[in-house]
Amino acid sequence: MNTGAALAPLSRLPGGRASPGRRVLLTALAPFLGLLVVIALFYAIPPHPWVSLLDLQTVAVHTVIVGIAAMGMTFIIISGGIDLSVGSAIALTSVAVALALKQGWGVPAAVVVALGTGALCGFYNSVLITLLRLPPFIATLGTLGFYRGLAKWISGSMPVSAPAQGLGLWVRPAPVQEWLPLAPAVWLMLALGVFLAAVLRYTILGRYTFAIGSNEATARLCGIRVPRMKVYIYVLAGLLTGLAGLMQFARLTQGDPTVAIGVELDVIAAVVIGGGSLSGGQGSMLGTLAGAFLMAFLRNRCTVLGWPNFVQEMIVGHIIIIAVAIDQWRARRVER
Amino acid sequence: MVVSPRLEMLGVGKRFGATVALADVSLVVQPGEVHALVGENGAGKSTLMKVLSGAVRPDAGRMRLDGQAFTPASPLAARAAGVAMIYQEFNLAPHLSVEENITLGAEQRSAGFVRRAAHRRRMAAIFSLLDRPDLRLDVPVRCLSAADRQLVEIARALLADAHVLVMDEPTSSLGLADIERLFAVIERLRAEGVTIVYISHFLEEVQRVAQRYTVLRDGRNAGTGAMADVALNDLVELMIGRRLHEMFPRVPHEVGVPILEIRGLAGRRQPCAADLTLHRGEILGLAGLVGAGRTELLRCIYGLDAVRAGTVRIGAYTAGPGARGVHLAQGVGLLSEDRQAEGLLLSRSVADNVTLSRLGPLARWGWINLRAVQRATTEWMRRLDIRARSADQRLRDLSGGNQQKTALARLLHHGVDVLLLDEPTRGIDVASKAQIYQLIGELAAGGKAVLMASSYLPELLGVCDRIAVMHRGRLGRARPREEWTEHALISAAASGKETAA
Repeated sequence: MNTGAALAPLSRLPGGRASPGRRVLLTALAPFLGLLVVIALFYAIPPHPWVSLLDLQTVAVHTVIVGIAAMGMTFIIISGGIDLSVGSAIALTSVAVALALKQGWGVPAAVVVALGTGALCGFYNSVLITLLRLPPFIATLGTLGFYRGLAKWISGSMPVSAPAQGLGLWVRPAPVQEWLPLAPAVWLMLALGVFLAAVLRYTILGRYTFAIGSNEATARLCGIRVPRMKVYIYVLAGLLTGLAGLMQFARLTQGDPTVAIGVELDVIAAVVIGGGSLSGGQGSMLGTLAGAFLMAFLRNRCTVLGWPNFVQEMIVGHIIIIAVAIDQWRARRVER
Repeated sequence: MVVSPRLEMLGVGKRFGATVALADVSLVVQPGEVHALVGENGAGKSTLMKVLSGAVRPDAGRMRLDGQAFTPASPLAARAAGVAMIYQEFNLAPHLSVEENITLGAEQRSAGFVRRAAHRRRMAAIFSLLDRPDLRLDVPVRCLSAADRQLVEIARALLADAHVLVMDEPTSSLGLADIERLFAVIERLRAEGVTIVYISHFLEEVQRVAQRYTVLRDGRNAGTGAMADVALNDLVELMIGRRLHEMFPRVPHEVGVPILEIRGLAGRRQPCAADLTLHRGEILGLAGLVGAGRTELLRCIYGLDAVRAGTVRIGAYTAGPGARGVHLAQGVGLLSEDRQAEGLLLSRSVADNVTLSRLGPLARWGWINLRAVQRATTEWMRRLDIRARSADQRLRDLSGGNQQKTALARLLHHGVDVLLLDEPTRGIDVASKAQIYQLIGELAAGGKAVLMASSYLPELLGVCDRIAVMHRGRLGRARPREEWTEHALISAAASGKETAA
């Protein structure tokens, strides 16, 4: 069940012949339906490779980095913003974590470093957006370069190897414990997904996020301190980006300043595939997770089928195009 | 020999849903005349002109242009037939040059290249007709004054061979000297045989510039004739008509202690040095023309627009220049004049809209009690008679009246003491209007203070205790309703000079 849709009853579909309840359900399930269609398509393609448990576990793990970052991006996109600096912030965080661990700090300290780095990145973005009144696209286009440069600077432009201290186990596709069918990081992502879906639906923060994205002028009229809310939203997204950066480190067990280039586009795509609208006011947390899983699944299948990398890129590119086309089409229908 | 009129619109009717915008309206304009189209806001002038321009398809009636049937399918088709609109907001691309703007979409091409020489010759001829042969064609339009931009619009219409020019409030953004120049241009155009439909609130201007007039009232013809045969007073009477029935239920209420005092309040452009005292239990009206600064005054009081000088005192709280944030916390609420673009979250539910500004009491630790939200909303829906399927229904699907009541419900849910209402009944059905008047009366009886700006004079006279008129940013003295008549309000709004009734 998609919590995001229940949050926005009747708000995402124009009135029509189908009963409102059914239509809402349909939209809510759209990302999951898309997921099913894609999975079915892959079975239709010879040589029909079946998905093994390990495949699913691998896909789940590969979803983690984009998925966690995309949950933050969901807040930002619902509020009518965008963050292009996610990939760079992930790289910066992974380097920061590596440097911290190399200093001999423990895992708790590394987690704090990761969250802190991500939150600072989000805070800086929000300052540029609210204080300098830059469009989020421009502000984060700038910090996309800035955070990447920062990552290269503190790492000396070289990958920083560090003792993983068990962090690697978080993202091992087949977990060590028999009773845990999925990697700990995947569980963490799912738990966060449920929690953040509830935040979006049941808290004042969530309500204000939708309000700002639906109509910023109304939000201001209603006394919502829009700039302050934006700071909260970008810092929250930054915390999640930091967590994604920690996962990035765990996967490679090194901090690589050149990692995650272009990941921001996957993150944005996950949100959009999941029902988020780039014009704001729409989006759902679990839809976003479905979107992230869909893309990871696509990549995995292409690899299993032995298709070259460029085929993956071409397919994923068109998944994004189709998702946005559907989004635009929906927006037009609402306007009529 | 009978010369056929340049333009005939006969028996035009148009409904929007349940609202009748035009009913059996006729407009006949002779060649080479300036024809004034007058009427109050909402009388149907714009709709009629939209029908003429092809933007709105009429339900009934027919149109003829120079005796030929004229049924434009789109503004483009109307333009091609020689009917051009000059709107209040100019339709120009600010970064393109004068020449590019004028020829936009009408480029004469040969082999894909724009033929400039031919254009330039015609444009030079047009600008000398407009008495501005010195206007440079290569400057970007954004560098021009409002008056020159208007000339560019006119030139564009002339280049497209327009025989009928519709000018909608052409002087509203011009200074006095520019207005004189515009009148000279209109006279020259008329001499050239161009027919002009001239829409304006400023009756004195209309009397100077037009030969004939047509008055619309409530979507119907109220009168037509030669300008020379009619006095200004008669025009006003035709505009108002009057049948003030029990539209305005008066709820007895007592005026109490001052609750809002503004002194020398000035905004960025408007208002300039406004003084006003509003009391508990009082309904104070703001009259004035569109653009006179009423909206800006309300927004300054609310703290939504920057205050340049002066103070706003709400109870013990005083705000001045540099104050930040709206005054909701001090018990002041604003109903926006534009509920679609600003007032409401159209894509969200009634519940979201009603409770948005005050979710705190319905939440604990930031977590909202959805049932409490639902309960509160349902209660407001009942009290204000908001017709929606449920509290979860999307605002976009509600009628204008129900949307407006939702916006009011938000102010009441917030529990404000001072309600700043900007055009509270604009574009809503009559039944909802009456309900809103009733509500405003009840609020005053409950000790709340209401400051309402409206362009609909009958409602100001019907609802308010005192009325003040704004003219070009200046706020006149608030006088008791009994001292005003509609005529006096219109003349004060148009001239800035107040004459006691």
